Amino acid sequence: MDWFRKPKYMTVRVKKEKKAGIPENLVTRCPSCAEIIFNKEIAAALKTCPKCNHHFQMSAWERLRLLADNGVFIEQTSGKIQAGDPLEFPGYADKLAKGRKKTKLQDAILAGICAIDGTKTALAITDFGFMGGSMGAVMGEEIARLIERAIVDRLPVVIVSASGGGARMQEGIISLMQMAKTSAALSRLDEAKLLYISVLTDPTGGGVTASFAMLGDLIIAEPNALIMFAGPRVIEQTIRQHLPKRFQRAEFLLEHGMLDMIVQRQQLRETLGQLLRISSS
Amino acid sequence: MANESGLEFEKDLVELEKRIEELKQFTDHREMNMGGELKQMEERAQNLRENIYSRLTPWQIVQLSRHPKRPHTLDYIREIFDNFKEMHGDRAFIDDRALVGGATWLNGKPVVVIGTQKGKDTKENIACNFGLPLPEGYRKALRLMKFAEKFQIPVVTFVDTSGAYPGLEGEERGVAEAIARNLREMSSLRTPIIVVVIGEGGSGGALGIGVGDQVLMLSNAMYTVITPEGCAAILWKDRAEAPRASEILKITAPHLKKLGVIDEIIEEPLGGAHREPALMIERVRERLSEHIQRLSKVPIKKLLDQRYQKYRGIGFLTEIAATETSGQSPTAPQAPADESTDTPAPPTSADAEN
Repeated sequence: MDWFRKPKYMTVRVKKEKKAGIPENLVTRCPSCAEIIFNKEIAAALKTCPKCNHHFQMSAWERLRLLADNGVFIEQTSGKIQAGDPLEFPGYADKLAKGRKKTKLQDAILAGICAIDGTKTALAITDFGFMGGSMGAVMGEEIARLIERAIVDRLPVVIVSASGGGARMQEGIISLMQMAKTSAALSRLDEAKLLYISVLTDPTGGGVTASFAMLGDLIIAEPNALIMFAGPRVIEQTIRQHLPKRFQRAEFLLEHGMLDMIVQRQQLRETLGQLLRISSS
Repeated sequence: MANESGLEFEKDLVELEKRIEELKQFTDHREMNMGGELKQMEERAQNLRENIYSRLTPWQIVQLSRHPKRPHTLDYIREIFDNFKEMHGDRAFIDDRALVGGATWLNGKPVVVIGTQKGKDTKENIACNFGLPLPEGYRKALRLMKFAEKFQIPVVTFVDTSGAYPGLEGEERGVAEAIARNLREMSSLRTPIIVVVIGEGGSGGALGIGVGDQVLMLSNAMYTVITPEGCAAILWKDRAEAPRASEILKITAPHLKKLGVIDEIIEEPLGGAHREPALMIERVRERLSEHIQRLSKVPIKKLLDQRYQKYRGIGFLTEIAATETSGQSPTAPQAPADESTDTPAPPTSADAEN
């Protein structure tokens, strides 16, 4: 018997490293470059990684502070309606309650009238933190109302999407029909010859991509944002192959002619301001 | 899945029908009189038929809607209309065989027809990619709709797909953009659009040719935001739970009519469209004739306003009273007050199936 044989595998116990005196809530490990960075630094860089430029997700309220002059609406239009539960879908009521608590929103959207770099604009922002930013009847209604308001007041429209969830399964066919509703409203905006800029952020998918998100006169994305119709897992199951690197990322879409431009978050407000002035001049 | 002996829940019936057929052939050859026995068996078969098909579960309807022997888009087009001239290609890349269309005539008047095409067997399904369109299919559809608009020809679309093809090339070539554009353009297309959901209405891939003035649906068709299998995989991490998901999702015609998503149900022959395809196709032809005639008389501005209001009104939400604090659960859901009477009434608890 070879008592002293070297085992092929062995377990190595790793001592959990204590982050030398730094409380957990002060730092974040960047999911892209794995650097440990002070939250203060990330916030100062508008929620991007100062080391590798990774764009962290932003809540709708943070996005409003980023884009609107003085960080506020002139008039908030969203928040007066709440989702029903048309299918009495298991667990939906709880998910809504959690979403409301987490995002301080009635649903996955924040909308209103604001100024962006001096141009009065109808702005809607979807929030990934509220059920994946999925579109149900409330999002459809808020967007339709905002667009109708923009037509009456002759305002350009900007919609920032962070809706990886696509159409909200919990509202069944009703959520699918919001794709038609928002697209119909955008058709009227188009007929009124008003500008619509769609801003795609990480992640945007499914029924949101296949309706208002891809209908911008101009379409802008943030770096590395995941923008898709079908999810990567569904596609892999269908074609039984691994997907190419960077597939469905903003840079991939730009190469394939689906976007006008990719804009760094630091330049987003200024860029939007310049583009909005095209239509208002 | 369906095979030669039928779906699982209709096995006994199919077995009995086979025996009746055999007996008929046997007696025909031998000039024997088995009339009494035959009559008895046929009565039993009829009872069984009524028993099975008068109370189908949602999952049984899902199976019927996907039945490979059901009449498909090209069956309807060829039988209902005269002199179908198929048009090909999106003028940019390819001709998608999963989505077909062209010009044709009904009662002597031109019509543009478009539809997703499924096959009856594996060979046909490979040819039409199982009815899963590529972006170019939606772009071809839009091209044909614009052609129809130019001459104010009514458009009829047939919906039968489990969705747009979820593959690499669809994403590369912007299937989401193609669908989105169709939704926008169809909502304001200046000619009547009639949609018929003849089998499976699968999510955005179905809606991409499914916006219209009148949406008809066969009684055993389904229309859903996500396949029951996909929903089950998310909810319970198990696709085999699809029957349970099909109960929850409310994907059958009566539910959709209540929610205002479809306008009319076309009753299928007992046992499903595939059992009496000629009768089914005749019923669809009759409804299409009437709606084309009716909608062709509506002034275009009124037609577009009605189409807009129809989709504008689909929702299910609660207006929050000004005094109410946020986060409270809604009381009885109701449509927003500022919407027209087109808004469908929300279902009451009595309508709930489960």
